[in-house]
Amino acid sequence: MAGLTLEDIHKNFGSVVAAREVNLKLPHGRFVCFLGPSGCGKTTLLRLIAGLESPTQGHILLDGEHITWTPAHKRNFGMVFQSLALFPHLSVGENVTYSLRVRHVKKSTQQKRAAELLDLVQLSGFEDRHISQLSGGQRQRVAIARALAIDPLLFLLDEPLSALDAKLRESMQLELRLLQQRLGVTTILVTHDQREAMTMADMVVVMGPDNRVRQVGTPLDIYRQPSDTFVADFIGSSNLLQGSCMGAREIKIGDQHLEVAEMPAGVSDGTSVTVSVRPEDISVLPGAEKRDNCLHGTVSFIRDVGSNVEIYLNCKGLQIISQSTPKGRPDVKPGDEGTAILPPASCIVLKS
Amino acid sequence: MIGERPKGIRSHLPVAYPALMLGIFFIIPFGIMVAISFFHRQPGGFYIPGFEFTNYKNLYTALFGRTLSFSLFVAGLSAAVCVSLAFPFTYFITRMRRRTQVIWLVFLMSVLSLSEVIIGFAWSLLLSRTAGISNLMVWLGLMEQPKAWYPGFAALLFGICYLAFPYTVLVLYPPLSRLDPALPEASQTLGASPLRTFFGVIVGSMRNAIVAAFVMVFVFTLGVYLLPQILGRPQHWTLSVLITDQAIYQTNMPMAASMAIFFMFVSLLLVALTMVIGKGKKIKTQ
Repeated sequence: MAGLTLEDIHKNFGSVVAAREVNLKLPHGRFVCFLGPSGCGKTTLLRLIAGLESPTQGHILLDGEHITWTPAHKRNFGMVFQSLALFPHLSVGENVTYSLRVRHVKKSTQQKRAAELLDLVQLSGFEDRHISQLSGGQRQRVAIARALAIDPLLFLLDEPLSALDAKLRESMQLELRLLQQRLGVTTILVTHDQREAMTMADMVVVMGPDNRVRQVGTPLDIYRQPSDTFVADFIGSSNLLQGSCMGAREIKIGDQHLEVAEMPAGVSDGTSVTVSVRPEDISVLPGAEKRDNCLHGTVSFIRDVGSNVEIYLNCKGLQIISQSTPKGRPDVKPGDEGTAILPPASCIVLKS
Repeated sequence: MIGERPKGIRSHLPVAYPALMLGIFFIIPFGIMVAISFFHRQPGGFYIPGFEFTNYKNLYTALFGRTLSFSLFVAGLSAAVCVSLAFPFTYFITRMRRRTQVIWLVFLMSVLSLSEVIIGFAWSLLLSRTAGISNLMVWLGLMEQPKAWYPGFAALLFGICYLAFPYTVLVLYPPLSRLDPALPEASQTLGASPLRTFFGVIVGSMRNAIVAAFVMVFVFTLGVYLLPQILGRPQHWTLSVLITDQAIYQTNMPMAASMAIFFMFVSLLLVALTMVIGKGKKIKTQ
């Protein structure tokens, strides 16, 4: 199980740095998402892997072999571009079999393969259609089929779903994930949408605005145990509370004290830290009740979208957001007093 | 066309002025020319109104046939040379940085400011034995003695291409600069070498632009009439030269008019044929 290895990759475009000190090991058969805000270098990293750019420094290895300087057309990877890049002068069938024609595969094999691939992406019988006659979702599928035609060693996707509307995007995410599981091809998807990454990935690589990899792990690990405040803030929504360390299990926030389950290493009394608490872990009780690990405040806003309810609590200038199901909705209205309960196990302490 | 069809007379008003100008300066003179082509020629330089096909019948000569086919051949060949040089050239310009692109375009525009006359005489000088480039070659030790490279077919073709090249680039520039840079990249990730990508994807997806540029240069070079006289020998004179000769020196207006009209119809036919071929195979709709 060697898979793809990136060793100490740097990439500069003139004076602009696009990727810094990237070290990654991506095992076979996984669905990996590069996740980060725009400009974090995730697309550059994908293009380096595809061979469309060369790294300024570092090595890329596939199953232990150096491919850093192998040109893109000799890597046998399949790539789906953000603009899809379907060839406008070719029919759907010709687009799908382009990689086979380039490799001088027999015409009958090409036709068979085209039919198989179009069947795979649920576009059977579309061989002779023109690209301009397809809808956005259909073009998407053609681009996917085209990239998979040669059974690629790596399947690379550069924000391929960003142009689709929300409903179609969600169904394509699911479809793409199922397709990848069926084929077992190692897949790397670049996205800035954390929900998309959570839906599809076995492994998420979070990149920060400083063009470094911030955290690598399974989607739930990253959600539950963010490594720093950037990851906590970027993945899902999070309440980030500034405070300072007081003893082994206590954090002082303003004039209130919070008990936490775990303290990161290298934190001593007086160290300033950030506590991250997910909104769904916070429950709100009406009135100013005296409880352990709670913050008192007034309800400033309630966002009720039907499927869940968000309650905004103003605790002496500190905004706390709690999320609950409609059934578990506390009996409060804006202007009421409320108590937010923060269970110690849900309070993740991050070094600021 | 974008948007709805204009409704009512008022929404058509903006086209009235160009339509009027087109009518006055193009359609009316063309109508006069069509009429003259059927008039009777009076030796001595005038014509009298009439309706006869004599002028068209007189076209049926070996000289006219030879000159017509030579004109079409020269125009076709120079269009082919221009497009095949300008296409890769323009493609590489559009891949450069914005600033470099602007410098190249300004340079090409400045070549456009030179008229056919200046280009013709400049090249006749540069290709001459006494003051031309061959003297430079001798000085550099590349040639034994200076040589005259004009008049001749190669000099004529060179001159026409020099004249038409900037136009070709300007016609190809907009579609090529709009070409999605991901297209050639996609072709590469699918296993095509850079050369195959260039011909398979870049040339392929730009087929309409290439045909348009070819037709433009073809039509443009058909009208060239100074360069053949400056850079070519009499056997390289094109139909434009022959028409000028009939109209001005032979004072045979009806003959010149019939030549011009016949020439125009043959060219239109060829342009239409090129368009049909350029469209290529139709991908089945529905």
